[in-house]
Amino acid sequence: MLPIEFYFDAAIKGLLTGSVYAMLAVGLSIIFGVMRVVNFAHGEMLVAGMFGAYLVFVTLGLDPILAIPIVALVMFLFGVALQRGLIDRFITAPEHQQFLVLIGVALILTNGLDMIFGPDARNVQVPYAFASFEVGPFFLDNVRVYSAIAALALIALLYLFFNHTLTGKAIRACADNNRGAQVVGLNVSRLYAITFGIGAACAGAAGCLLIMVIDVTPHLGADFTLLAFTIVIIGGLGSMTGALLGGLLIGVSEAMAGILIQPSLKSSFSFGLLILVLLLRPNGLLGKRSS
Amino acid sequence: MRSLFEGVPARAAWGLVCVIVLLYLAPLVFGGYVLSVLILCCYLAVLGQAWNVMMGFAGQLSLGHALYIGLGAYASGALFFHFGLGPWIGLIPAFIVAGAMGALIGWLGFRFGIRGVYFALLTIAFAEFVRILFDHWGWIGGSSGMFLLVQNRNIDMDAASIANAFWTLRGPNWVFYYVILTGMVACLVTVRLLMRTRVGYYWLAIREDQEAAQAMGINVLRYKLLAVVISAMMTAFGGVFYAFYNNTLYPESIFSIDRSIELLLGVIIGGIGTLFGPILGAFALTWLGEGLSITQEWFDIAGLKLLTYGVAMLAIILFRPAGLWPWLRRLLGMEERRPDA
Repeated sequence: MLPIEFYFDAAIKGLLTGSVYAMLAVGLSIIFGVMRVVNFAHGEMLVAGMFGAYLVFVTLGLDPILAIPIVALVMFLFGVALQRGLIDRFITAPEHQQFLVLIGVALILTNGLDMIFGPDARNVQVPYAFASFEVGPFFLDNVRVYSAIAALALIALLYLFFNHTLTGKAIRACADNNRGAQVVGLNVSRLYAITFGIGAACAGAAGCLLIMVIDVTPHLGADFTLLAFTIVIIGGLGSMTGALLGGLLIGVSEAMAGILIQPSLKSSFSFGLLILVLLLRPNGLLGKRSS
Repeated sequence: MRSLFEGVPARAAWGLVCVIVLLYLAPLVFGGYVLSVLILCCYLAVLGQAWNVMMGFAGQLSLGHALYIGLGAYASGALFFHFGLGPWIGLIPAFIVAGAMGALIGWLGFRFGIRGVYFALLTIAFAEFVRILFDHWGWIGGSSGMFLLVQNRNIDMDAASIANAFWTLRGPNWVFYYVILTGMVACLVTVRLLMRTRVGYYWLAIREDQEAAQAMGINVLRYKLLAVVISAMMTAFGGVFYAFYNNTLYPESIFSIDRSIELLLGVIIGGIGTLFGPILGAFALTWLGEGLSITQEWFDIAGLKLLTYGVAMLAIILFRPAGLWPWLRRLLGMEERRPDA
């Protein structure tokens, strides 16, 4: 039996990593909630963000947290261009066609990054990489604490955007009633482009935060797409608080599984949780009940 | 026989027969590399046809078909590894295990009203869950894999040896080729016949509008389940073939989501919901992939193959969103007459 502090320690680590996961999942959730498009290239966009932060660190020597505005802006523009040039044509197409388009985008991203950066793992060593805060009996890595704070701040910012700006409210109107939004004269196609841009920017920002904790290789994408999905479904598709809750829950359950059972079994926890949620509350823990 | 070719223009029927005969004659001309690519084409065509039953005809999206490949491969592989039972006997438990798993997932999903993307995610979750379980299951080798004994690569050309090679699936590549080619043709015939029965029409009705189908008195749950079970069994056949052809099984690779995606790309590219789409798509994508592999080696740039592959996929879906076969069929004037026309 491990001392009780051990579990608390793991839980806190899980919460901190979970906030970064939540940041990633919020992007996926926004895109699906508004456009009803499943972004199967979300994990790949995260990886692109990680490489972006790495590049900024290597060339400008900028801390990944400070690189967020740059990387997020680039990813936003990428997202807008992708929506405008490609995905917009498939908005009303059957699901499997959208799926194929995004799988194609994911393949291009992954292998484009592979061609540019090669398959080697890369990381960013910030000066405070090994420093930690001492809170009572616990040691919290600075890196994790900072990235969690940044993630939560960004999620709060998005919340403000969607609730207190005209564009944000207009996007929510599209999500609630697409035809109604068109009838009152909203430029739905433009709003979709912004939405997809925001979703991609979320993935990019999450990439900046994640590169401080794990190494990046071009082929990490698919796993993170799956992770983001799991979180979003558990929390409830289209709900930002749901994505936050789901992210924290997965973060903690992974950390707990790591010490309770074998670390290699840790993702079975997430998938088990996913199956349970799908069966018992298909709309997610905080999702809206639809008829 | 009549219901097989009913409504098909004569030139289409003759064209099909010619293509199949040519495929059967291929090993006389090609060996080695070309034959191994043809095996891959047929293998993916079988899996694609299986997936198409579920998605193309019954409209149920699965992104976890690797689960049934893996179950089929491990069911037959383990019986061979531990008890020396051959592939054709192993096919029975493979069918049972995969069918039961399909029924379980389908029942859970459909019972609780899970549809579309959510159902697709449930299939991924089960595939990943089973992958992790198999990774930790010692009896089948766990994550360090299971290896089937390779023997008599070269066989005597007398009837008994050849029959033995086919029965034990231990032999040169052309044996595997004939098995998977025949499997592909058998799947094609099975699906064609199924689609001419009541069940096939029920599937189409469910795909087009589930509520309307239910209102017409179709037992939606039963027929959706049937689609999943048949699709899972056909996929399991592919899995058994995989086990004996590759001889090495790792949960990590056989249950991987990449495999689930690989098998459905061909169907969408070829033409979802058509009989020949999965076959055309499998052949087109496999040869494209092989061509790109060679180009990649030529230029020595890692990632070039899959990048171009992605671009090609986007191009096809942009210009031929319904897939290659519906377009090619029109071009060749081989469109089927509607039975009511």
